[in-house]
Amino acid sequence: MKKFWKKGGSFLLPFLLVIAAYIMCQIMISGKTMSRSLQGQLIPICAYIVMALSLNLVVGISGELSLGHAGFMSVGAFTGAVVSGLMLKGWGVEDTLLRLICAIIAGGCMAGIVGVLIGIPVLRLRGDYLAIVTLAFGEIIRNILNCVYISVENGRLFFGFNNPGLPGTILLNGPQGAVKVAKIATFEVGFVLVLFTLFVILNLVHSRSGRAIMAIRDNRIAAETTGIPVTKYKMMAFVTSAALAGMAGALFGLNFSTFAASKFKFDTSINILVFVVLGGIGNMTGSIIAATALTILPEVLRAFSTYRMLVYAIVLIAVMLLTNNRQVKSFIGVVKEKVRLLFNKTPHQPKGKEAEGK
Amino acid sequence: MKLNSDVKMVPVPSHSIIPERDSGKPVVLEANHLGIQFGGLKAVDDFNLTIGRTEIAGLIGPNGAGKTTVFNLLTKVYQPTTGTVLLDGKDTAGMSVVDANRMGIARTFQNIRLFDKMTVEDNIRIGLHNQVRYGMLPGILRLPSYWQGEKKQHQRAMELLHIFNMEDLADVRAGSLPYGAQRRLEILRALATNPKLLLLDEPAAGMNPTETEELMRTIARIRDEFQIAILLIEHDMSLVMGVCEGICVLNFGRVIAKGTAEQIQNDPVVIEAYLGKQQEEA
Amino acid sequence: MIPFLTNLVNGISLGSVYAIIALGYSMVYGVAKMLNFAHGDVIMVAAYVSFTATQYWGVPPLVSVLMSMVVCTLLGITIEGLAYKPLRQAGSLAVLITAIGVSYLLQNLALLIWGANPKVFTSVVDFGGIRLFGGELVISDEIIVTIISGIAVMLLLTWFTGKTKMGRAMRAVSEDKGAAQLMGINVNFTISLTFAIGSFLAAIAGVLLCSSYNTLMPTTGSMPGIKAFTAAVFGGIGSIPGAMLGGLLLGLIEVFGGSYVSTELADALVFAVLIIILLLKPAGLLGKNVQEKV
Repeated sequence: MKKFWKKGGSFLLPFLLVIAAYIMCQIMISGKTMSRSLQGQLIPICAYIVMALSLNLVVGISGELSLGHAGFMSVGAFTGAVVSGLMLKGWGVEDTLLRLICAIIAGGCMAGIVGVLIGIPVLRLRGDYLAIVTLAFGEIIRNILNCVYISVENGRLFFGFNNPGLPGTILLNGPQGAVKVAKIATFEVGFVLVLFTLFVILNLVHSRSGRAIMAIRDNRIAAETTGIPVTKYKMMAFVTSAALAGMAGALFGLNFSTFAASKFKFDTSINILVFVVLGGIGNMTGSIIAATALTILPEVLRAFSTYRMLVYAIVLIAVMLLTNNRQVKSFIGVVKEKVRLLFNKTPHQPKGKEAEGK
Repeated sequence: MKLNSDVKMVPVPSHSIIPERDSGKPVVLEANHLGIQFGGLKAVDDFNLTIGRTEIAGLIGPNGAGKTTVFNLLTKVYQPTTGTVLLDGKDTAGMSVVDANRMGIARTFQNIRLFDKMTVEDNIRIGLHNQVRYGMLPGILRLPSYWQGEKKQHQRAMELLHIFNMEDLADVRAGSLPYGAQRRLEILRALATNPKLLLLDEPAAGMNPTETEELMRTIARIRDEFQIAILLIEHDMSLVMGVCEGICVLNFGRVIAKGTAEQIQNDPVVIEAYLGKQQEEA
Repeated sequence: MIPFLTNLVNGISLGSVYAIIALGYSMVYGVAKMLNFAHGDVIMVAAYVSFTATQYWGVPPLVSVLMSMVVCTLLGITIEGLAYKPLRQAGSLAVLITAIGVSYLLQNLALLIWGANPKVFTSVVDFGGIRLFGGELVISDEIIVTIISGIAVMLLLTWFTGKTKMGRAMRAVSEDKGAAQLMGINVNFTISLTFAIGSFLAAIAGVLLCSSYNTLMPTTGSMPGIKAFTAAVFGGIGSIPGAMLGGLLLGLIEVFGGSYVSTELADALVFAVLIIILLLKPAGLLGKNVQEKV
């Protein structure tokens, strides 16, 4: 029974955290104690949490450094904008929730397809080479989206590449990006999307497929000789991550009235990677906290106006230096042990000792 | 201690010998004129070996003789420049490491390659990857096949851990196990893939004499229980001479002698190339 | 014919700048095994220093170039000492994030000091350039200086890494840090020196780049930085001739792609070529493919 709670606890913790945060937000909103700017950040925070979680699947669980995650986000955002626009202008669907959900699903599917196309070449490479190619793909996606024109007329879509002269209502307008986006994203849907993402990732990790993915990360050669097809499982992690990022993108995009591809630059990919690394590689709860804290931080620092990004940079460097400092690390270890003693009353046995006592 | 003294070896058409009890059955592995070249260096040249269905065979030779390279050729980590490997009668040309494992060849490594960050049980569950299967979607959606698969994997993992009495270590991180236990776990992980031929690369390295003797008995027991063939590389002569039925001696990438433990021990070429050197050192 | 030649000259010029930046990237990657994302921002700092010296303090252009070289070299050593050295034992991702932090720090410091408005950077060279084919092909003075500097840097670095003791130490460290240390090489000093050289090169590149394009912003360095990083990977990261080749090719592809395919897609084209090259040669054009030993 105790073992069940130990195992189930680490599984349930992120869910409980997200639900508690959601309830708190709702209480604050209804009690009118949440600032306007923070309220405006709620949907982006949900989107960034999903981005961080999905990137953590690639970086933490699959062990590949991806620097182009914003590319998948932009694919999802643009697909979502087109689908929502098509449903409203083309088919006359007024229901915003239905449009939002369809947009998110379509965004996820499209990003998943792009993920497969990119994954085929990318996953043949290793280490830093893989990282640079994901970066390259992120930039290519942005460049291409800058040239795409889509319009809707009489329920039909018209496409143009580098060709602005399209009939009907323009949905995508090249470098200007998605124009005429309906602002239909809601915090509730964002919250559900976060839960969905957690559900998918955590269940995947704790299954046969997830173990295969982690086996490849830990020791590729051993995994192969144990009969695990490397490309298949790397692809599984990569495409799942891309699809989830696409869904986050659709949610993110539909929170604006217009947005351009320049919103999903290399910097965005890097910011999401920062969430993952600061939250702890492979640690989903950490990703959620880091994504939330680091999205709010610049808002909180607004009082410092011009200094806020400078402070952000310094915080980033300081955190990395401190968390990797041996003295600080051992200090954290001591604090953890004290906290454990406070709750458990029994001293924690290091696992290595247990094994030797066999 | 000797576990192999009453075994009678008989010749097979490929100029090798296998235990008499296996002579009626098809051989598990046949390597013919196997060779690989790295640049100008012939790491392994004209390597021939036949292993009987339930044989425990040894591959010995001085450091740098090419033993591990032979393992890498058999498991398809390297593709041979010349020659063929027949596994269970099927040619493995062009196969990948994964294919070779699925066809029934499993191995351990000289420098242990466990999944360090995962638990002992999870290491074995990964070995069971192709034995107890369910798809990605049932895994995410927790469909009945997930629960059945997980239960089966758990049972199977515990059965395997029982071989080395390691059940109580199931939840320990593999990386934090002592060295000997890591070697044992690696053998179990290889066994989990349900092989017909198990390759052990220096299984007794870093073990004390008592542990080595226990390992020797376990190797024989694994063979008896699972009815599989085992090929091992080992420097510990007491283990090789005690448990191996057919022994193949490699030097400078070439086979210099083949035979039973007694034949090898008395072979002047082997003594000169290998045992002689050891005696000088001792 | 003339447009082709113009493109060729422009491509080689841009390529030379990329090559110089890529050399810094590649050398640092070689010895420290890290992707120094702040490298591009050193370029920007170099340009601002030169700009400030000439515009506000009335320093002659050439002296201002020397000043930015000194400032950047010191900056490189400082960044390495303060931010990267404590992380020598840490994971590569921690170093990467720190480098990103340094990049943000430099950009935002520049934003505070010089403001967000683009500055007009006046070229540091001014001798009129040359006209060929009866004045139809104009090669500006900036382009001539850029190409000459590019060639000079390449020759000097090849000599330095190949013939000098320090250069050999650098190659030894990039091959095997532990072994180099055992052979009596001061690894920390070598890494600092590599950052110093890399930043020195970035200073040259920054001044040359801004002389050709004339605008200067706090984010000026980031895109050339990424491109140069691409160039370094292109040629085989860690390889000095590879970085030169990669830089030149990248410049040529960008200029020709922009003029014959589409300006919007020039960058996409550059990255697409990179991907194709890496698929054919997974370690870059001149990189060595290292296989894991079993």
